Amino acid sequence: MYEIISKRLIAPAVWRHTIKAPEIARKRQAGNFVIVRPITGSERIPLTIVSSDTQAETIDIIFQVVGATTMDLAEAKSIQDIVGPLGHPTHIENYGRVVVVGGGVGIAPLLPIAQALKQAGSRLTAILGARSKDFLILEDDLAPISDELLIATDDGSQGQKGLVTNALKPLLDKKAVDFVLAIGPVVMMKAVSELTRSYGVKTMVSLNPLMIDGTGMCGVCRCKIDGQTKFACVDGPEFDGHQVDFDNLTRRLSMYHAEEKKRKEIRS
Amino acid sequence: MPLNLNRVSMPEQESQERRHNFKEVNLGLTPELARAEAGRCLFCKKPTCIDGCPVRINIPAFIQAVLDNDLNEAVRRIRVDNSLPGICGRVCPQETQCEQTCVLNKKGAPIAIGALERYVGDYAIRECLATECVVAENGIKVAVVGSGPSGLTCAGELRKQGYSVTVFEALHELGGVLVYGIPEFRLPKEAVVQVEIDTLKTMGVEFKTNYLIGKTLLLSDLMEAEGFAAVYVATGSGYPQFMQIPGEDLNYVYSANEFLTRMNLMQAYKGDAAATPIFVGKSVAVIGGGNTAMDAARCALRMPGVEKVSLIYRRSEKEMPARTEEVKHAKEEGINFQFLTAPTEYLGTPEGAVRAARCVRMELGEPDASGRRRPVVIPDSEYEIQVDAVVVAIGTQANPIIAQTTPGLEINKWGYIVTDEDGLTSIKNIYAGGDIVSGAATVILAMGAGRNAAQKIHEVLAR
Repeated sequence: MYEIISKRLIAPAVWRHTIKAPEIARKRQAGNFVIVRPITGSERIPLTIVSSDTQAETIDIIFQVVGATTMDLAEAKSIQDIVGPLGHPTHIENYGRVVVVGGGVGIAPLLPIAQALKQAGSRLTAILGARSKDFLILEDDLAPISDELLIATDDGSQGQKGLVTNALKPLLDKKAVDFVLAIGPVVMMKAVSELTRSYGVKTMVSLNPLMIDGTGMCGVCRCKIDGQTKFACVDGPEFDGHQVDFDNLTRRLSMYHAEEKKRKEIRS
Repeated sequence: MPLNLNRVSMPEQESQERRHNFKEVNLGLTPELARAEAGRCLFCKKPTCIDGCPVRINIPAFIQAVLDNDLNEAVRRIRVDNSLPGICGRVCPQETQCEQTCVLNKKGAPIAIGALERYVGDYAIRECLATECVVAENGIKVAVVGSGPSGLTCAGELRKQGYSVTVFEALHELGGVLVYGIPEFRLPKEAVVQVEIDTLKTMGVEFKTNYLIGKTLLLSDLMEAEGFAAVYVATGSGYPQFMQIPGEDLNYVYSANEFLTRMNLMQAYKGDAAATPIFVGKSVAVIGGGNTAMDAARCALRMPGVEKVSLIYRRSEKEMPARTEEVKHAKEEGINFQFLTAPTEYLGTPEGAVRAARCVRMELGEPDASGRRRPVVIPDSEYEIQVDAVVVAIGTQANPIIAQTTPGLEINKWGYIVTDEDGLTSIKNIYAGGDIVSGAATVILAMGAGRNAAQKIHEVLAR
């Protein structure tokens, strides 16, 4: 059992949990994730570690309630199982002029990597996308480390109205970008990667396929990268966005939509 | 006295009944059957059965004890060489080991050594016999990485020698392949595996789940910061292999590891009551001819709504590596065997779900490196099988995590850990065994490696 030290609702249906996990807090680097099984009998799901505190021996995770398992996690008083830190940590270097693009709850895994890139000396532009003002998360954490912060919302309730790619394109046109990191919904990562490809700007994305064990054992997280099969859990989760088969990922993510819907109905 | 060739048969659940449930298929010998079978043993002066056993159990000695109805003695005799008879009696390929080398095999009726071992093992489980060996801790800490058969065996042996043993497991449940891989109908979890693990707990072995060594803690952390004097790495070869044919990434094409993990560890077989789903549809194809393929096929068959399960194997029945009994049970239950057949491509629906397997017929050519005749494609033999799900059970590869995070640990070109015959790796006081050294093999070989390493660790640390 792992104690939940604090729980905060940071946007509609989006929670931030601080969890006591000493070893994970000590080993965790930017880009690592954990597999969480909230209660006995729930699924194992992957979640990126947003931050860690080695003094308090805690890690933070942020998740949106979408199905039965995230409902369990939102309601839990403690967490049954958590294992990590998993996946390769992000390769960090001073890339020069970096643009980090986050969409929805994808801003959560983006934050620690943005912090590390900034620390390595990169000039940081953050582009954050959300459905509306209410759904925008972590703006206050990204603002102080960003040399430039751009916001795009679907309804224009904050920042510019429209997609993150609209905010990114002028920067690419100005040739003001050396490296892009994009994390968010698959459609967003695909759109960003397609846009940067035409400018020849290296773009990394963090993939979020289905996982069970997260240790390379089951292979459900397999993705197509440059025509090769890779396991996101041990080979990723970050890959070159210009090499990712996003349609394959979208299709594989839909595998259990019917069962998940049914499960959610049974649970609620 | 004339030879008695009436080998007893294990009572089992009727095939048409059991194909709809996940309860154990084999029901175990009754005391009468066990003694009758023990009575057939010739107690050879030079018992060849022992030569067939990878851990050289004194088979005639335990059979004599069964015959004498002294089951405590039978347990003791087996436990000298094998701590987990209830498990081995169920999952060992006896027909290629002890029962193959039994002299009565020449007459077609070897002693049912596996069934007798299980009989003794079940007695030990029922009577909780393992607590006999709780010994005081000597203060020297040894870590075991992985709680599968190899790790459990090594942990038990070291604890008996007085060491303080901690077993680290990456998953949330203990047991490794015994829990995530082998299904309930072949190896009951609560009644057998859990009891064996509880026995080790009673003996004082400490277990830590949710520790992925190589990530949560490194091997070097165990040796330095955590103060372990030695480590035994038994992480298994969990990393699924695919055939790299078109369509393998379609939805509902599973690795056997994924399929069995969903089924067993995550209990998807419970249907709507399980949080982790599995989709099987009506028609399932399983690719492969080993025990894992049999387990996957028989799990699939037991799911509600499944009408047909085809097992596709590229060689003939004779070359299948699965246990004879599993093949027999699978046939009785109605698995459709397609021998000398191999898939070349999977075809999908517009939504990306698999809908058919395109296959070719094979014939056997010259023997290959394994000594088995190599399957060769018959030209123009292509045909399609309609499927809703596919399970790829063609084997596993070495899991890379420990090797990636342990500088100086020697691995071979396939990624398996290199050890000497004592199980010692290229790093002092770090030992390894089981599938992560040998590649995918059997439970008994993994246990043998665990026992062997425990002895060597004791020899080195006792100095």
